[in-house]
Amino acid sequence: MASQPIASEPAIRHTLSREEAPFQWPLPPRKRPALADYSRETLMAYLETAPLDEVDISDPLYWETNSHWPYFRRLRDEAPVHFNAVNAERHRGFWSVSRWADIMAVDTNHQVYSSDAYLGGITLFDMDSDFIMPMFIAMDPPKHDVQRKAVNPIVSGPNLASFEGLIRTRTQEVLDGLPRGEVFDWVDRVSIELTSRMLATLFDWPQEHRRKLTYWSDVSTSDPEVPGNPQKEERQGILLGMLQEFTQLWNERVNSEPKTDLVSMLAHNPATRNMPPMEFMGNLVLLIVGGNDTTRNSISGGVYFLNKNPQEYAKLRADHGLVDSMVSEIIRYQTPLAHMRRTAIEDTILGGKHIAKGDKVVMWYHSGNRDERAIDNPDAFIIDRPRARQHMSFGFGIHRCVGNRLAELQLKILWEEILKRFDNIEVVAEPERVPSAFVRGYKSLMVRIPA
Amino acid sequence: MARITYIEHNGAEHVVEVPTGVSLMEGALQNGIPGIDGDCGGNAACATCHVYVEGDWLARTGERSENESAMLDLADGLEDNSRLACQISASPELDGLVLRMPASQH
Ligand code: HEM
Ligand code: FES
Repeated sequence: MASQPIASEPAIRHTLSREEAPFQWPLPPRKRPALADYSRETLMAYLETAPLDEVDISDPLYWETNSHWPYFRRLRDEAPVHFNAVNAERHRGFWSVSRWADIMAVDTNHQVYSSDAYLGGITLFDMDSDFIMPMFIAMDPPKHDVQRKAVNPIVSGPNLASFEGLIRTRTQEVLDGLPRGEVFDWVDRVSIELTSRMLATLFDWPQEHRRKLTYWSDVSTSDPEVPGNPQKEERQGILLGMLQEFTQLWNERVNSEPKTDLVSMLAHNPATRNMPPMEFMGNLVLLIVGGNDTTRNSISGGVYFLNKNPQEYAKLRADHGLVDSMVSEIIRYQTPLAHMRRTAIEDTILGGKHIAKGDKVVMWYHSGNRDERAIDNPDAFIIDRPRARQHMSFGFGIHRCVGNRLAELQLKILWEEILKRFDNIEVVAEPERVPSAFVRGYKSLMVRIPA
Repeated sequence: MARITYIEHNGAEHVVEVPTGVSLMEGALQNGIPGIDGDCGGNAACATCHVYVEGDWLARTGERSENESAMLDLADGLEDNSRLACQISASPELDGLVLRMPASQH
């Protein structure tokens, strides 16, 4: 990836319009601070003192090394609604919203802050404008509402209860198959295994091909600029391949009796049955990513956090009744999606700053989840935290995660079954992290279960 | 102060006193009443405090705001007497109010 040292920046104070900054690929090279090295320690030291206006926190470097924390602490204290112009030729410039209360204000004001895919969508980097995938997370009312309602029943109370037995048996199978006294990758053997089986169930997709779902999920959130990842065209090709395979399923199911899997539900619901192909694909990507990466990384995160906080692990062993509140605390502490982005569709004021029509506004959930103004002792992982459910990881307002109960159920069952079997899961090395300012996750987490 | 009766979906009843000015969501959380989670802390932003207001009490609880309506519209089991408990403040006029809870909320 090309990079240059940071020079002086043009004084832009609002997101550049598409006319000012037309979409181009490849993106212009990224500017980076000139540092001796880019280790976690060096980057954290840099972020402690760097002028806030000099930092482009969307750089995957800060996320791969998990070094972004000092920057967000400083934003919350010094500049809670802050415009970033560094590397604007790449992302057009964006506002960072870092405090709980301001994030809540944006997330609950869908009238002003739009999620529309055609304005760029819901991630800091715009959706490729030559490959817009409409999906209901990236739509505003009224269309958002009808499509969400079409999907909602599969993850609502009664249906979840019917999944419980299945989730438990599978969890038992996966855990019983793990080696003892041997180092293995928890991400691959447990986190991906469980979430891909769940996804295959939701779509009634052949279980033997479930890893394809994982692959598509990874591809759809992967950054084409990161070496080793599919390039832009290649990525689009892979997703079109996914569309083709799902279209076959759609065609089979649209012509048979309605069933309770997601494809059949979309194919039979009047609100979704006439979706154009790109919109079908968009909603597939939404459901695949929504139900996959996020839960997967919470499954890994829990093991990691308990290892970092042995006194909490001890509390859990002593009282299995803490699983419920621990699940919420894991999801808060992990914040599997670091941000959601909106586009202002009229001029407005946020935290005393003038937000102009067209500005990108990024809600940093992982920062809101560490805001001492809203949460006591937020940097600590406390499995019996009072009101542990009050975190931002699922967002708020009309786009609030529709799959939250399913995610919680999967994690709860997993930890109940782990506690029945293993006294300890030891993390033997620091995890390898995903280089992304959007998905906060782990590529691998090496562990050992004592024999 | 208002005496509020919370009825869980399974029929279990809890009668508690909620101080004036405190929301009925808070009232449930502070008394450990199951079935109301209050995930957003009372901002009409999560719908995990969805309740049905019994009988004539509904009119006395005021109007739904635009955001409350938007959240309820997406909630499971929406009824005419659906409200978000965090948007109703206890007051002497609500003394005796009865709330029922939906089968599930998320
Ligand atoms: C720990 C696990 C999960 C986390 C942290 C998470 C996080 C989120 C977040 C932050 C949003 C956007 C909220 C906003 O804009 O205010 C969201 C929306 C969504 N999530 Fe999740 N999610 C998780 C699990 C799931 C699962 C298991 C599914 C599906 C089965 C799912 C499906 C969705 C969908 C469809 C949306 C779009 C909702 C809308 O736009 O109305 N998520 N999720
Ligand atoms: S507590 Fe979230 S809507 Fe009432």
